[in-house]
Amino acid sequence: MNQVAMPNKLLDVQNLKQYFHPGQENEVRAVDNVSFHIYEGETFGLVGESGCGKSTTGRSIIRLYHPTDGEIYFNGEDISKLKGKKNMQQFRRDIQMIYQDPYASLNPRMKVQDIIAEGIDIHGLAESDADRNQQVNDLLELVGLDKSHATRYPHEFSGGQRQRIGIARALAVQPRFIICDEPISALDVSIQAQVVNLLQELQRKKNLTYLFIAHDLSMVKYISDRIGVMHFGKLVEVGTSEEVYRFGLHPYTESLLSAIPLPDPDYERNRRRVTYQAPKEDGKERSLKEIASGHYIYCSDDEVPFYQKKLEQKKRQ
Amino acid sequence: MEQTQLNVKQFSADSFEPLIHAERESREKIVAPSLTFLQDSWRRLKKNKGAVISLFILIAVAVIAFGSIWVSPHDPTKQNVKYINLPPKIPGVSLDGFNGTALIGGQRVDKYAQANVPEQVHFYLGTDGLGRDLLSRLLMGTRVSLIIAIIAALLDLSIGVTYGMISGMKGGKVDNVMQRVLEVLSGIPNLVVMILMLTIFEPGMTSIILAMIVTGWITMARIVRAQALKIKDQEYVMAARTLGESSSKIALKHVLPNISGVIIVQMMFSIPSAIFFEAFLGFIGLGLRPPAASLGTLLNEGYKTFRFLPHLMWAPAITLSVIMVCFNLLADGLRDAFDPKMKD
Ligand SMILES: Nc1ncnc2c1ncn2[C@@H]1O[C@H](COP(=O)(O)OP(=O)(O)OP(=O)(O)O)[C@@H](O)[C@H]1O
Ligand SMILES: [Mg+2]
Repeated sequence: MNQVAMPNKLLDVQNLKQYFHPGQENEVRAVDNVSFHIYEGETFGLVGESGCGKSTTGRSIIRLYHPTDGEIYFNGEDISKLKGKKNMQQFRRDIQMIYQDPYASLNPRMKVQDIIAEGIDIHGLAESDADRNQQVNDLLELVGLDKSHATRYPHEFSGGQRQRIGIARALAVQPRFIICDEPISALDVSIQAQVVNLLQELQRKKNLTYLFIAHDLSMVKYISDRIGVMHFGKLVEVGTSEEVYRFGLHPYTESLLSAIPLPDPDYERNRRRVTYQAPKEDGKERSLKEIASGHYIYCSDDEVPFYQKKLEQKKRQ
Repeated sequence: MEQTQLNVKQFSADSFEPLIHAERESREKIVAPSLTFLQDSWRRLKKNKGAVISLFILIAVAVIAFGSIWVSPHDPTKQNVKYINLPPKIPGVSLDGFNGTALIGGQRVDKYAQANVPEQVHFYLGTDGLGRDLLSRLLMGTRVSLIIAIIAALLDLSIGVTYGMISGMKGGKVDNVMQRVLEVLSGIPNLVVMILMLTIFEPGMTSIILAMIVTGWITMARIVRAQALKIKDQEYVMAARTLGESSSKIALKHVLPNISGVIIVQMMFSIPSAIFFEAFLGFIGLGLRPPAASLGTLLNEGYKTFRFLPHLMWAPAITLSVIMVCFNLLADGLRDAFDPKMKD
């Protein structure tokens, strides 16, 4: 990765909070004070266990939910307070989402061409029916499907094919930023690589920026430039994927790393799962702190030197 | 063993050629014909004998009942004191009970001859106490039942679906208020609503329809709301939202088509109960007024003389039962056809 000229921040999330039922007994702090940014053209991986708030983060960014608090800057504009149909429509074209479940993300009563063209219809991107068909065919080809698939229904496709239809639907409005919410975790392993390769190819061709959500750190490392590790609604570590993968410092990251199996029998025989125990509430104020260039850890002020030393140790090994 | 090995070695190299890997294109081709949801359901419905037979019976009944507006055997409301209480007489049938004779004091008497009915005049199901042709009145009553069925279906589709859809899609406070209103409405028994209507309106079709407008669509609204709540969290609805689709379009394009099966099935099940509601009202005397006839009023008239003239009650009773059973069987078949998983 060359970081000669720092690209601009396409997305900048600051202190995002997303609470469900705020102020009530059943309040859920799904996302609690999360800050991160994504550079244009890169892939930012978001990992964490089930229920830690990854999807909620993505959905707040794309404004499926109304954020409780915080700012979300997209291309310099705060979109967390975006109002008015016109502003919203432009934003709806710029950010798109690819969903987790290929069986639930396509309307079973619509033909593939109408699914893909939904965005084209809403934003009036086609001049004529012929233009619409042409665009649909181009999109089908782009994601590696056949033109003849346009008139079929979703139930006639395999999981991988459906996921590609979902990708085509997202691409139809020519977005700049795509949130991939575990787009491969419901797929067969042999198909996962196909879809990931397609996503990477599209990123190159269309200069897309991805927020890639997953719970599998090794897959995220493969596809991402930078990684954020999430735990219970909070980001606990952010860094380049090499850095996090090799020198993950936060105990929770270490626990995730220790869970990754390697095709090495010697290693596997001695692999020890590190279980993560959340530290006791000690009243210290914690937040994301930069302990090395581009490497952030969720910690208190007085823990910074400790993590810095830990990083040095790990790098020396 | 040795033999086969030898044979294998005898093959020359050029009789082999590499297997050409199927092109990606052709691997991804789907050959099966594409069936729409309706085609697929129709295919499944056709396999269900009971439902298909019911469908044809209902179509036949509807055609005959509405056709009799123009070609009725006799005038259903014309009274004729000379021809009262005639037994059924069908030309060419000499079976007792259908040949115009009746048993009086242990003896078969030709009632038609007694009443001086001309030779070419037949009352296929006999006449009632006022000399009106029962078959004509039966057709008239069936027509009323079918009209009630259509109205029940329309109310379900218009008020029920709209109410449920708004409640489910809006959610939150709106949903809460709308559901409380439903609970109040459904707490009032149908009969009470009907009696309240009768305090303002004349008994008849109008008051029955008004009573149905108040309560007839509640089950449908509840079912549609529950389904809408379920569908609106699906990922394809979220996808539509992130594409910028408006809520009303989402309801029409995404939610409605996906619950259409449930809606049709519920509609079919609500029809027999509406028919029965009308018949019940007619029977207890709150329904149509004479000379108009419905199956309920015919039953009411027939049952008074059931011991002497049983056919006056048998005819409407059988008709009502057949219509209700057919609607139920058809609804059952449709449910299985629309959603094979729902069967339990
Ligand atoms: N609409 C909602 N109302 C209330 N709570 C919610 C809602 N949506 C999500 N939550 C809660 O927020 C938390 C985070 O959920 P989220 O779906 O973001 O997890 P996730 O990290 O995406 O998990 P997974 O890997 O299983 O997809 C969970 O505890 C969930 O129960
Ligand atoms: Mg999720």
